[in-house]
Amino acid sequence: MSAVANTARAERPVTIGTVRSSNSGRLSWLVPTIYIVLLMLPIYWLVNMSFKTNTEITGVFSLWPEAPTLRNYEVIFSDPSWYMGYVNSIIYVVLNTVISITAALPAAYAFSRYRFLGDKHMFFWLLTNRMAPPAVFALPFFQLYSSLGLIDTHIAVAIAHCLFNVPLAVWILEGFISGVPREIDETAYIDGYSFPKFFVKIFMPLIASGIGVAAFFCFMFSWVELLIARTLTTTDAKPITAIMTRTVSAAGMDWGVLAAAGALTIIPGALVIYFVRNYIAKGFALGRV
Amino acid sequence: MNKTWNNKAWFMVLPVFLLVAISAIIPLMTVVNYSVQDTFGNNEFFWNGTDWFVDTLTSERFHAALVRNLSFSLIILAIEIPLGIGISLTIPKKGWGVSVCLVLMALPLLIPWNVVGTIWQVFGRVDIGLLGHTLAALGLDYNYVQDPIDAWATVVAMDVWHWTSLVALLCYAGLSAIPDAYYQAAKIDGASRWAVFRYIQLPKMKRVLTIAVLLRFMDSFMIYTEPFVVTGGGPGNSTTFLSIDLVKMAIGQFDLGPAAAMSIIYFLIILLLSWIFYTVMTNSEGAN
Repeated sequence: MSAVANTARAERPVTIGTVRSSNSGRLSWLVPTIYIVLLMLPIYWLVNMSFKTNTEITGVFSLWPEAPTLRNYEVIFSDPSWYMGYVNSIIYVVLNTVISITAALPAAYAFSRYRFLGDKHMFFWLLTNRMAPPAVFALPFFQLYSSLGLIDTHIAVAIAHCLFNVPLAVWILEGFISGVPREIDETAYIDGYSFPKFFVKIFMPLIASGIGVAAFFCFMFSWVELLIARTLTTTDAKPITAIMTRTVSAAGMDWGVLAAAGALTIIPGALVIYFVRNYIAKGFALGRV
Repeated sequence: MNKTWNNKAWFMVLPVFLLVAISAIIPLMTVVNYSVQDTFGNNEFFWNGTDWFVDTLTSERFHAALVRNLSFSLIILAIEIPLGIGISLTIPKKGWGVSVCLVLMALPLLIPWNVVGTIWQVFGRVDIGLLGHTLAALGLDYNYVQDPIDAWATVVAMDVWHWTSLVALLCYAGLSAIPDAYYQAAKIDGASRWAVFRYIQLPKMKRVLTIAVLLRFMDSFMIYTEPFVVTGGGPGNSTTFLSIDLVKMAIGQFDLGPAAAMSIIYFLIILLLSWIFYTVMTNSEGAN
């Protein structure tokens, strides 16, 4: 703190009360507001298009729908090949989240509490998989899951997404678990808890926010991924994002339905953010602040 | 923290190890297998040594894609990191505004990547998009389908739109961990706004900033879906990044050997860079 004191004195003598005020007041709302408006503009444009007819989209340039229509949404909700895409996406995303968290919890505990043969190498190797480009793995994944007869199943996509979600979940949970004092573990042993009972009854509630955050990240990265999900599915488990790409190449280009389908993919993400909004700041730092 | 030495902890790591090994090691062996073999079809393969690696390392196509990808990563880092820090400083500290800010800012992060591409593809079009239409109305000659510079501007703008919030949220997490006493001390000392930022906020953000730089560098180096949807790698090859080139080679042209060799080189580059970042990160953690 002496460094702060010295430079500050050199630059400006006594101006008590001005430090934080430059950051408060009316102006401080300006930057986040402008930023959020800029973020929302492209999304607004998509939602705006989804309520227009195709003639209005291509014919006139209007900032809001002049003749609002629900036709685009009706197309999606009346055709199983469309709405099943959402169901498929949700199924493999939830499967992946459950598998990732279940496997990552004990591993994260081990990395946080114990030293063992090759622990550092193991941890680094796990993280390198988070950095593996999906493009590298797309074709080998297809061959692997073909030979296992798992192509076009939800579980194939869920397991494939574990490649990058499990390391991430281990990393996040390790951060949160390291924040819990060891004394709690030891007290529980003295009180006669068996390890599984201690872990489920005492430890998991303690790191509930960490589990929530890790689940959020698994959901997020599985939900937004397209390349692997598209490669491993053909019809029965095809995700909504892949169904959309089919429509882009279709003759005539149904902009309205494309926009409606895109707008609907934003909703699950928005819901999930809303649920974890109180942990979001700490969660984005992966439990390491 | 003192950790006890216990090799039985391996049993707790085993499920993760098996799960990731299935998804990582077996496909990686397939890639290695292809990278040293050649085929004339009919599923007949023969040994080819390191020819594909030499070919890839000396090919101009690979060099060009690598340079494009590196420049892209550096450009978006140069924009997103300062912008993210700046925005994180202006997010309110308490009150109902916090949740609103955080939820709205995080929204682009949860949009599927090809929908991000679709949003910007539509948004930038001169005939039906708000951005393209506005720029055209201002008299600018903007067309991301034909002009390489416009295509780059669009892809960079899209990435900044998509990911700056991640940097901002990470920095915000770092900022909210600074105790109030620090600010009070600075106030008593009469520290300027800049001094507070330089000597209190920036050092406290160092750790989260490392995570932000790491994540952003890796993800931008692996970027595929978003530019593919918007520009398809064009016009010409001007936005063909490494992943786009790789998928084109492996699935489009089915050149398994060269594609596999390129995969391995590509992965090794990322591995080397992540090792450097990991070392830097653990060193700075040791210093704290």
